[in-house]
Amino acid sequence: MTTSFSLPRRRFVQGLALGGTALGLGLTPTQLFARQGQTGAPELRGNQFQLNIGAADVNLTGRNRPATLVNGSLPAPTLRWREGETVTLRVTNHLPETTSIHWHGLLLPFQMDGVPGLSFDGIAPGETFTYQFPLRQSGTYWYHSHSGFQEQSGLYGGLIIDPAEADPHTVDRDYAVVLSDWSDQDPKRIYATLKKLSHYYNFSERTLFDTLRDFREKGVVRTLKDRHMWNRMRMSETDLADVTGYTYSFLVNGHTPAANWQARFEPGERIKLRFINASAMTIFDLRIPGLDMTVVAMDGQPVKPVRFHECRLGVAETLDVIVEPKDHRAYTLFAQTIDRSGYARGTLTPDPSLSAEVPELDPVPLLGHREMGMGAMDHGAMGHDSGAMKTMDHSRMNHGGMDHGDMNHGDMSGGMNHGSMNHQGMSHGTQDGMDHSAMGHTNHDTNAAVPFAVSADNPDLPARQSATEHADSEYGPGVDMRAMSPVPMLDDPGIGLRDRDWKVLTYADLEYAHGLPDSTQPEREIVLHLTGNMERYMWSFNGIPFADAEPLELYHNERVRLTLVNDTMMHHPIHLHGLWSDLELGDGRLLRKHTLLVKPGEKLSYLVRADALGRWAYHCHLLYHMEAGMFREVRVVPRHQHHTDEESRS
Amino acid sequence: MKASMTLSGLLVALIAVFVGTPALAMEGMPARFGQILVDQLEARDADDGTVAAWSANAWYGGDINKLYFATEGERLMDRGGETESLETRLAWSRAFAPYWDWQLGVRRDWQPDDPNRDWVSVGVMGVAPYFFETEANLFLGESGHSELRLEAEYELLFTQRLILTPEVEASLYGKEDRDLGIGQGLATVEAGLRLRYEIRREFAPYIGVHWEKKFGDTADFARDHGEDTSDTMLVAGIRVWY
Ligand SMILES: [Cu+2]
Repeated sequence: MTTSFSLPRRRFVQGLALGGTALGLGLTPTQLFARQGQTGAPELRGNQFQLNIGAADVNLTGRNRPATLVNGSLPAPTLRWREGETVTLRVTNHLPETTSIHWHGLLLPFQMDGVPGLSFDGIAPGETFTYQFPLRQSGTYWYHSHSGFQEQSGLYGGLIIDPAEADPHTVDRDYAVVLSDWSDQDPKRIYATLKKLSHYYNFSERTLFDTLRDFREKGVVRTLKDRHMWNRMRMSETDLADVTGYTYSFLVNGHTPAANWQARFEPGERIKLRFINASAMTIFDLRIPGLDMTVVAMDGQPVKPVRFHECRLGVAETLDVIVEPKDHRAYTLFAQTIDRSGYARGTLTPDPSLSAEVPELDPVPLLGHREMGMGAMDHGAMGHDSGAMKTMDHSRMNHGGMDHGDMNHGDMSGGMNHGSMNHQGMSHGTQDGMDHSAMGHTNHDTNAAVPFAVSADNPDLPARQSATEHADSEYGPGVDMRAMSPVPMLDDPGIGLRDRDWKVLTYADLEYAHGLPDSTQPEREIVLHLTGNMERYMWSFNGIPFADAEPLELYHNERVRLTLVNDTMMHHPIHLHGLWSDLELGDGRLLRKHTLLVKPGEKLSYLVRADALGRWAYHCHLLYHMEAGMFREVRVVPRHQHHTDEESRS
Repeated sequence: MKASMTLSGLLVALIAVFVGTPALAMEGMPARFGQILVDQLEARDADDGTVAAWSANAWYGGDINKLYFATEGERLMDRGGETESLETRLAWSRAFAPYWDWQLGVRRDWQPDDPNRDWVSVGVMGVAPYFFETEANLFLGESGHSELRLEAEYELLFTQRLILTPEVEASLYGKEDRDLGIGQGLATVEAGLRLRYEIRREFAPYIGVHWEKKFGDTADFARDHGEDTSDTMLVAGIRVWY
């Protein structure tokens, strides 16, 4: 083993000793692994690694609870590699069940991608799997289990690949900041609980007293009108997170807010913070009160620097920022959850005895018309996003319980579509109050129109006349709503962040640092609607859960546009393995990413170069959404193979 | 009787087929879940003594198809404690719309003195707009007996844990059943108002009132037996689920 370890030498030696005993005494894999896990991620450098996955107890809440760990630590060790090298990782499974490691955001042969059932069979108990692949990129990434709920119970860690050439952003200090959510509950139990009572963890529901206060403040009629829509739809205005601070402790590098992870600095230094959202379910809003940040990379990819104060980081996204604290004082790294049920916290300080004030949690934001896919119809935000108005269909809106009383019709009339109703979707329109099937209007994208993938190839890709039109598969027990007029929201800071007096970073602010990463011209377009039923806790693409879905086929080296329409009330971080997702920012600019946080009611599109053959996972990175069916296999196949298939079919 | 036993056998087989069909999850893990909910387990302060009453259901299955079981009954706690009524129902439940399931099942009423009654049930249950939990069941029994039962329940949150639940239930019968003292048409209406405190979501003690009233011929039968036709009771109990 030539790995150079920066973790305490004693533990390294201990690991070896245990390996030795295994051969001699024939202990079971579980017995082999340390009983008590450590919190805090050690850093391992090099290009050859032995990783031991096993069960151990950790104590984050005052109780010892079982966790799934790599080399006995939570989070797993931060691995530090160098671009251009080939890494070899021997991963041994000491668990009584199958395990796996997926290298999130990395370009590699699909057999090395670590998704059981697609890349390989997984790593059986007692077995060792050797991952080996060349590093074709640099930046901040992470790795995690792709088996069951092991990711929730601790199997995640940071991954830093230093560039082959000098980093353009030289810094004095460099910290990985792994954000995560921990529960003392068994993750299987959490999932089962969501299936039984999906709002189990939501303790911010609207109460009678909220209604009475609204009566006083907004008036009875206005309040009832506002509530009417939610009541008709049987949805909650506070459904921002499925699993909350009720069961979660939010961690920074394995430290609870009370344990307060610390990073040292000297005033005047340049510090790089590599934020990694390694949560199973938690979207964080992060800021450092008193300090502005400058983003230099997102999802490992360099971006043109932008100064900002707060940023929403979706599950599985990473963000590299540079901060330059000038004063001799402590600063709080504050990451509150999107539903304001808790926060992760760390401290940046020149002196370990110092700490800074921890801000109050913000009030729970309420979902609005925008989140319901009704475009920019918020009472407060009228006219803010006038482009969206073009896609409104007035005649359908009346059926949706919309409150017209407060809208400024004068501003809207120019773009309103009164005529072009989609008759195909009409028959479904009375199933619930919010069925505003698509309008038959044209695509408003600034990008040139390309042919849609149609049903002849894949029954799960229904023919649509427009991206926002709803397919037949999107009506059924598994889908509780469809966005009436989803709109681009790339420059929208998002719910709860719209009224900030400081700069909130959005995707629209970012741009790939080195011009265009690839062509902006796709050969075809695939439309996927993000769908679900919150009450039943079912999640899917196009209304079809993974269990019933056909793989999505891409042809080798084709440039394809994926358009996502979020028909749900929740944010979904959508991740495509093995291929870059080049987000279309709207004016020919692209942002290169591996995970895209799609807002409720949002429509966005990105370009993918299918330059890696094989079977890839494509899914929502909220762990329980993925498990519940928001998952697809993407198959990149040679073009000739596809044609052969088609001929044999006909 | 025979017919309904055969029917329940068929139903169980049907359920086994639907519930047992493995949906392939990522690693071939069939996604099956189950819940047992004791919605009401309470003591009622009735005119003729303390009555223990319960209403519980359980389900097992996937997102679309579930095996559903429900039971409700009453037992007089004084004078040796005899069961006044016990009803059990087994059904195949299938989701057909975002908030609605239909149910097909069998029901048996266990009577202390009178003959047992077996029924076939067809129903829908789900969440209506404005979050009303509703259930409508049509029961078809032997010798042309039929019952239509309508139920609705609402949850009003005072706080995240203090919840008031008004509920109402009405029973209508298609044909007189003298053995059981039931007349044709609207027979009974029950309404309840229960205030529970969720110590955990799964465990909530409650207090409340329960009101029952008999109508039409059913009320006449009750009068003939010297019974009251309506009763208002204070109740105290617990709601638990797993
Ligand atoms: Cu999701």
